[in-house]
Amino acid sequence: MLSETDIVALWTTLKLAASATLILLVIGTPLAWWLAQTRSRLKAPCEAIIALPLVLPPTVLGFYLLIALGPSGPIGGFMQRLGGEPLAFTFTGLVIGSVIYSLPFVVQPLQTAFASIGTRSLEVAATLGASPLDRFFTVAVPLARPGFLTAIVLGFAHTVGEFGVVLMIGGNIPGATRVLSIAIYDHVEAVDYASAHWLAGGLLILSFCLLLGVYSLNRRIAVIRL
Amino acid sequence: MSIQARYQLRRDAFRLDVEFTVPARGITAIFGPSGCGKTTLLRAIAGLEAVDSGYLKIGNEVWHDEHRCLRPHERPLGYVFQESNLFPHLSVRRNLNYGFRRTAEARRQIGFNDAVELLGIGPLLDRGPGGLSGGERQRVAIARALLTSPRLLLLDEPLTALDASSKAEILPYLERLHEEIEMPVLYVSHAADEVAQLADHMVLMEAGRVLAAGPIQTLLTRFDLPLAQGAEAEAIIDASVAEHDEQFGLTCVDFPGGRFNVLRRDLPIGRPVRLRVLARDVSLTLERQSGTSILNVFPATVDELFEAGNARVIVRLDIGGTPILAQITRKSATALAIAPGQQLFAQIKSVALLA
Repeated sequence: MLSETDIVALWTTLKLAASATLILLVIGTPLAWWLAQTRSRLKAPCEAIIALPLVLPPTVLGFYLLIALGPSGPIGGFMQRLGGEPLAFTFTGLVIGSVIYSLPFVVQPLQTAFASIGTRSLEVAATLGASPLDRFFTVAVPLARPGFLTAIVLGFAHTVGEFGVVLMIGGNIPGATRVLSIAIYDHVEAVDYASAHWLAGGLLILSFCLLLGVYSLNRRIAVIRL
Repeated sequence: MSIQARYQLRRDAFRLDVEFTVPARGITAIFGPSGCGKTTLLRAIAGLEAVDSGYLKIGNEVWHDEHRCLRPHERPLGYVFQESNLFPHLSVRRNLNYGFRRTAEARRQIGFNDAVELLGIGPLLDRGPGGLSGGERQRVAIARALLTSPRLLLLDEPLTALDASSKAEILPYLERLHEEIEMPVLYVSHAADEVAQLADHMVLMEAGRVLAAGPIQTLLTRFDLPLAQGAEAEAIIDASVAEHDEQFGLTCVDFPGGRFNVLRRDLPIGRPVRLRVLARDVSLTLERQSGTSILNVFPATVDELFEAGNARVIVRLDIGGTPILAQITRKSATALAIAPGQQLFAQIKSVALLA
């Protein structure tokens, strides 16, 4: 069964994934909308930067984040000057790292969904008297619903599953930065395979259920549209 | 009250440079070959197309000039696109409500039920747009546009994407719209038959420019425009049903120049109808023929001649103030010595009643 520390780790993981997903939606939605609409020259460089976490080893990302968030890094130093603490080895630091690490998993499905709506439905809404913000919420968002669902689940699941970045910037502080993937690693290191099985199996089932939920929901939406 | 528009824009190799004024009533067809810029013009009027310079005045409201340009959602207009573009995530009722709810109550001139009844879409209200036929979708789209009580209705080839039977299904609704609603309509089309049936006025376009704008009867019969020069030259006559001849199965329709006999159509007496006469169905005689099978013969005055190629001459006639075209051979024109001002008789072999 799960030990006390494992349950704390599970709780930390879920809190981290939920916070990161929420922040990702807030940042990612306007970003994806802009990328889907713009003809700016900045589009390609932005897409490349957002996609970087897909190809970089998490340790590379984690290394740079560690430097940036640490006491002598730009972000960590700034926080310190504000009277706070450096962000490395804190939960907040983990959230920042996770947001960057999972950004492509949220932005890309949203961008694809927004782009597939095309401009016509929005033009129709404009001729029916809907302002740009009104059109976004009453036409673009509902039509991009499958994209949102995919983005939420991928963002959440990917954050739950991250290891390298957490290892680099999070350390292993119970209750603050010790997440499931680290806990599993610790159990395996300690040759406590039974505990590792519980956690690994639980993560496997959770991920499967999440994905199953997305695909069935998306299918239902598609069926309703027919 | 009139609609004044002037637009200039460039898109790669294409240039739109148009200026026209048409009355702010009835249906004005924007007519021309594919690719001449009709849709671009309509989109510019809706504010959907970025233009280099533009001016638009509807009645006494300026929507666009050098100082200000209303954004699309600020323009009180209805736009029906070629494909109906109903919102796929909303039912028919909620599609209709989308624009209706966004129209201030004080500005509403058309009630929800009026639009539903006018377009005959009552049974469709609770269905999703996916299950509708092309014609049904387009009727819903028209009702949706009407429900914003627009000052101007823009129809962009609303029949082009439909098959023949759906077209035939929609045309009567468009005619009803024309008769029952006081709302200027700009109707983009490249189909001469739709224009002949529906339009009161026409803006004739070619390669990004306006060739002419004015009443359809005049534009169809002007020899300086391509419409009257080709083999498909035609004239439109506005008439009204006078009586039915039950014995011979005919319907008599009157126009200022006389009375046409056409095959019996079940139309109420007094109903305005439109007749279409092709130039090649009209022949000329100097004296009224006695033994002829042709029923529709009218005294006419020759107005102008146009030599369409080597063998054909198109003659514009004045029949009681209505212009009608006749296509004859140059040989006949010479033999009959046809010249402007001449009195003669026009024999109309065939006439189509558009109603």
